[in-house]
Amino acid sequence: MDQFTINLLFVGASFALYIGIAIWARAGSTSEFYAAGRGVHPVTNGMATAADWMSAASFISMAGLIAFVGYDNSTFLMGWTGGYVLLALLLAPYLRKFGKFTVSEFIGDRFYSPTARLVAVICLIVASVTYVIGQMTGVGVAFGRFLEVSNTTGLLIGAVVVFAYAVFGGMKGVTYTQVAQYCVLILAYTIPAIFISLQLTGNPIPALGLFGDHSASGEPLLSKLDQIVRELGFGEYTAHNGDTFNMVLFTLSLMIGTAGLPHVIMRFFTVPKVSDARWSAGWALVFIALLYLTAPAVGAMARLNITEQFWPNGASGEPVSLETIESDPAYDWMQTWQQTGLLGWEDKNGDGRIAYFNDGNADAKAAMEAAGWGSANELTNFNRDILVLANPEIANLPGWVIGLVAAGGLAAALSTAAGLLLAISSAVSHDLLKGQLTPDMSEKSELLSARIAMAVAIAVATYLGLNPPGFAAQTVALAFGLAAASIFPALMMGIFTKVNNKGAVAGMVSGLVVTLIYIFLHKGWFFIPDTNSFTDADPLLGTIKSTSFGAVGAAINFAVAFTVSKMSAPIPREIEELVESVRIPRGAGAAQDH
Amino acid sequence: MADHTTQSAQAGQKSDAGYWSANVRIILVSLVIWAICSFGFGILLRPMLSGIAVGGTDLGFWFAQQGSIIVFLALIFFYAWRMNKLDKEYGVDEE
Repeated sequence: MDQFTINLLFVGASFALYIGIAIWARAGSTSEFYAAGRGVHPVTNGMATAADWMSAASFISMAGLIAFVGYDNSTFLMGWTGGYVLLALLLAPYLRKFGKFTVSEFIGDRFYSPTARLVAVICLIVASVTYVIGQMTGVGVAFGRFLEVSNTTGLLIGAVVVFAYAVFGGMKGVTYTQVAQYCVLILAYTIPAIFISLQLTGNPIPALGLFGDHSASGEPLLSKLDQIVRELGFGEYTAHNGDTFNMVLFTLSLMIGTAGLPHVIMRFFTVPKVSDARWSAGWALVFIALLYLTAPAVGAMARLNITEQFWPNGASGEPVSLETIESDPAYDWMQTWQQTGLLGWEDKNGDGRIAYFNDGNADAKAAMEAAGWGSANELTNFNRDILVLANPEIANLPGWVIGLVAAGGLAAALSTAAGLLLAISSAVSHDLLKGQLTPDMSEKSELLSARIAMAVAIAVATYLGLNPPGFAAQTVALAFGLAAASIFPALMMGIFTKVNNKGAVAGMVSGLVVTLIYIFLHKGWFFIPDTNSFTDADPLLGTIKSTSFGAVGAAINFAVAFTVSKMSAPIPREIEELVESVRIPRGAGAAQDH
Repeated sequence: MADHTTQSAQAGQKSDAGYWSANVRIILVSLVIWAICSFGFGILLRPMLSGIAVGGTDLGFWFAQQGSIIVFLALIFFYAWRMNKLDKEYGVDEE
């Protein structure tokens, strides 16, 4: 069986599974559509949350992000997991006790203010829409690479599958497909990782192999990697090269942003009890950690593996010859991935060899010239996504593993897309239609409008995925910035303080506006190229990059909210009672009837 | 729902306050550990820990790439266990 058929089989089987779940888990009420009837077991919800959270970026790009930068990009590992501590301790149990359907509904009720609710809805929709664009393009790209169809066809197939389970199943359908998608993606991620760890270190657990010894040389893996990348003129893998203050702030912004992303928070509305919400956050992090503890190992090992393929006898030996690349089966993957445009090489000095090194480093350049390998890096195109995507081929694994990776990449993108689409559609149908425009809407018509909102959201996301705006790559900063600067502080103050309506609105708006302005100043106004006054290499304030500004925005939000709240009337009696009741777990069951 | 909670809140006003301050104390301690292990050991205090070798690198690197995640996990499960116990002690758990 050829590779294409195997890929088709794996992807086809996984899609059939998702559709089967969609037919089984149809939503019959708004409670089922928005919160899966609040009957999801905490472990099941943890698994669904993990799939909801881990996107195409986590699956495909994160290992590469870490591999090519090393220690400094540990920010992603700490930031994207540390947020769950904030979520578990500061938000999830109380929002579950509150017992409504959307994040913005809590903000509207707690701050007795339709304006606050509207600001929250706008932040929620902007953050989720920008985030979903990346998932939809990810679906198209994964299809394009593994199934030899065009990106457009791939994206449309993905949209139809999401439509099937999200429109009919709502949160209920999405929950159980996310569980299936988690299983597919974690197998697809860890199986190749186990093989590469065995090959390089003899340890079947990649996370332990990372700190183990490199079997071929007997040296510790990380010293070996440090040594070879240093000799080739790259920054040492384990060294700290960037700015420390920005690193702290970026990590904090990712943590606060993670805890404030609505599509993650709303997953905790689906468990039966407050105590379940607490456990469930822990289970979510267990399932996330399985991938996040593996990712840095995949990154380091794949980088060492690839670098050694180009320098079979080390950096002081000879670079690999063109003849070897063309004839040795161990280099077949290079031919395959050259066609995708993710890898490219050129024998610039005509010596029949491909020398891979950092030609921006004067010492490395001089050493290469002296050795006779030329003065230019000949690996002209080296996309970091290759580390995960081509890993099974580089490690010479059987064809079914490659098929599994294809299905895993799609599972990661689809599960996150569905969670985001659910957040968008429930905000539209529950907060805007039911909450503001037609409050007397019946349960049945609200369910219908939720389905229609979902269908429209899928259509819009598909359109944006096919025609991604030029700023698509910048939008992660935007989504995290908005969540950190507006949503997280509002929720936290709603639970832990007696901040009033005016304080909350002023805080959210100022956090939001300042963060947006700071991002626009560095990335261009509305992301239009060349309208920026500063760059992230030389930012406006000290060393604070625009991607790290979410934490500052959050601090501004808190400060403004407290100040304004102090100067205006205290919260009414019934809101004080609402705060008291949210803090106490007893009575959460009663809220299920809402 | 509101009526039920109001009554029990009035009856147990004092113990509810005690429950909440105990909760806030547990959260504060947990967040201090959270910050020390990630921002501390993983980033700011890494130079201080550079003498402690771990598999070809130092302890700070391990905390940044693995240790912090393991500590986060332990914290969340500790908090869930401790709070579910606290709920029972103050009689505010769900039936």
